[in-house]
Amino acid sequence: MTQDLIRQREQRIGWLLLTPALILLLFVFAYPIGRAFFLSLFTENLGTQLQPIFSGLSNYHRLIEDGRFWESLWNTSVFTGVSIFCELVLGMVFALILNQSFRGRGLVRTSALLPWALPTAVMGLAWAWIFNDQYGVVNDILSRFPFWETNITWLGDPTRAMLALIVADVWKTTPFIAILLLAGLQSIPEDLYEAHAIDGATPWQSFCQVTLPLLTPQIVIALLFRFAQSFGIFDLVQVMTGGGPAGATETVSIYIYATVRRYLDFGYGAALVVVTFVLLILAVVLAGFLLSKARINVSGGR
Amino acid sequence: MAIAQETKAHTHPKMKISSRSIVLWVGVVFMVVFCLAPALWQVLTSFKTNAAISALPTIYFPSFSDLTWDHYTSLGAGFWRYVFNSALVSLLSTLLCLGLGAPAAYTLARIKLPGESLILGGILIVSLFPYVLLFLGLLEIVKFVGLGNNYLALIVPYSAINLPLTILVLRSFFQQLPRDLEDSAKMDGYSTVQMLLKIMIPLTIPALVTTGILAFIFAWNEFIFALTFVTRDAMKTIPVAVAQIGGSSVYEIPYGPIAAATVVGTLPLLVLVLFFQRRIVQGITAGAVKG
Repeated sequence: MTQDLIRQREQRIGWLLLTPALILLLFVFAYPIGRAFFLSLFTENLGTQLQPIFSGLSNYHRLIEDGRFWESLWNTSVFTGVSIFCELVLGMVFALILNQSFRGRGLVRTSALLPWALPTAVMGLAWAWIFNDQYGVVNDILSRFPFWETNITWLGDPTRAMLALIVADVWKTTPFIAILLLAGLQSIPEDLYEAHAIDGATPWQSFCQVTLPLLTPQIVIALLFRFAQSFGIFDLVQVMTGGGPAGATETVSIYIYATVRRYLDFGYGAALVVVTFVLLILAVVLAGFLLSKARINVSGGR
Repeated sequence: MAIAQETKAHTHPKMKISSRSIVLWVGVVFMVVFCLAPALWQVLTSFKTNAAISALPTIYFPSFSDLTWDHYTSLGAGFWRYVFNSALVSLLSTLLCLGLGAPAAYTLARIKLPGESLILGGILIVSLFPYVLLFLGLLEIVKFVGLGNNYLALIVPYSAINLPLTILVLRSFFQQLPRDLEDSAKMDGYSTVQMLLKIMIPLTIPALVTTGILAFIFAWNEFIFALTFVTRDAMKTIPVAVAQIGGSSVYEIPYGPIAAATVVGTLPLLVLVLFFQRRIVQGITAGAVKG
C-alpha cells in the first residue's frame, strides 16, 4: 500500500518537473507544425487582403504544378546528397587522424572544432568573399596554376554557385561528423585490430571489415542529423547566394521564406512547410528503420 | 586508415614509422589548414587596407603599409550593441533552457512514467526539425502577442530549440550517477525536490556547464528567427547584423568591415572553443550517440 503511495507521489513530482519543458517544446515545435497543416487549407495572401479564406486542397494542387517548388526540391536534394557524402568521407578521414596519437593532437582537435562553432550566416559571408569573382582567394590560387582559366565566376554561375555552397557547408559541418565518428572509433577495442592483423589483414581490409561495420550506428546517426539540417539549410544559402543566380541554388527553405516574407503568401507557405515536414519525417522513419536494423536501441542506452 | 598498423608501427623502428608518420602528418596539416584557413583569411582581410584588399595579385603577406585598424573603428560603438544583444539573448535563453531541461532530464532518467518512451521519441524527432518549418507559426504568435522587437521573441524560441539536446545530454548524465546517492538521501528524509536541489544539482554542475556552452553557441549563431522576429536595428543579434553590413550596398560589398565584424562577433565563440573544447566534444557525442 505505502509502496504504491510513494510511487504515486514520485510520479506526480515527475510530471511536475517534466511539464514545463514539455509545454515549451509543444509551443515552439508542435504548434507551428500543426498550425501549418491547418493554414495550408486556406488561401491567405495579398489577394485575400491577408484574411484566411478556406480553399480546401487548392494550395496542394498549386504545389504539384509549381515548377519552382520542384526545382527547389531538386536543388535541396543535390545540395544535401553531395555535401553529406563529402562530409562523411572527409569526416571519416578527420576522425581516423584524431584517433591516432601524435604530438599536438589537442590543438588539432581544437582547430577542428572552430568551423562547427562559428555562426553559419557570418562565415557564409567569409566564403562569399573567398569565392569573389574579382578579388577572391580561390581565383587567385587557381590563376597561379598554368592552363587554368582566370577570373572564374563562382557565385554568378548556376553550377559553380552550388559547388561553392557545398564547399562552405562541408567546411562548416565536417567537424561535427568527425567528432561523432571519433567517439565511435574510440569505443572499438584495439585487440580486434590486432587479431585481424595477425590473420593477415591489410589496414584497408581491417578498415572495411572491422571499423566500418562497428561504426555503422554512429554513421547512421551522423547521417540522420546532417540530413535533417542540410535539408532545411537556410542561413548559408541566404547569405552566400540568396538562392541565385536565377534560382539555381534556391533550396526549399529559401523558397518557403520568400513565399512567406516577400510574397506574403501565408497559405501557400504553410503548404510548403507541410510537404517539407512530411518528406523529412519519411526520411527519419527510414533512418530509424535502418538504425533498428543496426540493433541500436534509440530510446535508451545501448 | 592504418589503425591496425599503429600498434605494430610503434614496435617497428625507423623505416616503417617514417612512411606512416608522413601520411599522418600530411593529413594533420591538411586538416588544420582546411579548418583554419577560411577563418584566418577573414582575420587577415579585416586588417588590410581597402587598397590591399582589392590588390591583384592577392596579397598574402601584407607589409606594414597594407595594414590598418580602420575597419574595426568603422564598426563604431553601435556594433557593441549587437554584441550585447547576442550575449544577453544567448545567456538568458541558456539559463532558461537549463532551468527547464535539468528537471525534465532527471525525471526521464530516474522516475518511471507512463508514456515515457513516447515523450523521449518525440524529443528526439523534434531535435531534427529545421527551424524554417517553425518560423511561420511562431511569427504569427509573435505578432499576435505583440512581441516583435522584444528580446523575449528570441529568448523563448532559443530555449526551446536547445531543450532537446539539453535533455538528452543531461539525461545520459543522470543515468550515470549512482542511484545509491538518491536512495540514501531519501533514507535521510529528503523530499525529491530537496534532494534535487541539495545533492543532484551540485553534482550536475559540470554537465550543466557542458550543455550550457552548447546551448549558448547555438543561440549565438541562430539566424532565421533573429532575422524574422526582430526588425529594429538596435535589437539585432550578431549574425543578422553582420549579414546586414553585406547587404547594405549591392555594388560595392564592404569586405573589410564585414571581416572586422566577423572577428569581433565570433571572438566569444573562439574563447569558448579554446577553453572548453573537451567539454564541447563530450556534449556533442553525449547528445547524439547516447540519445
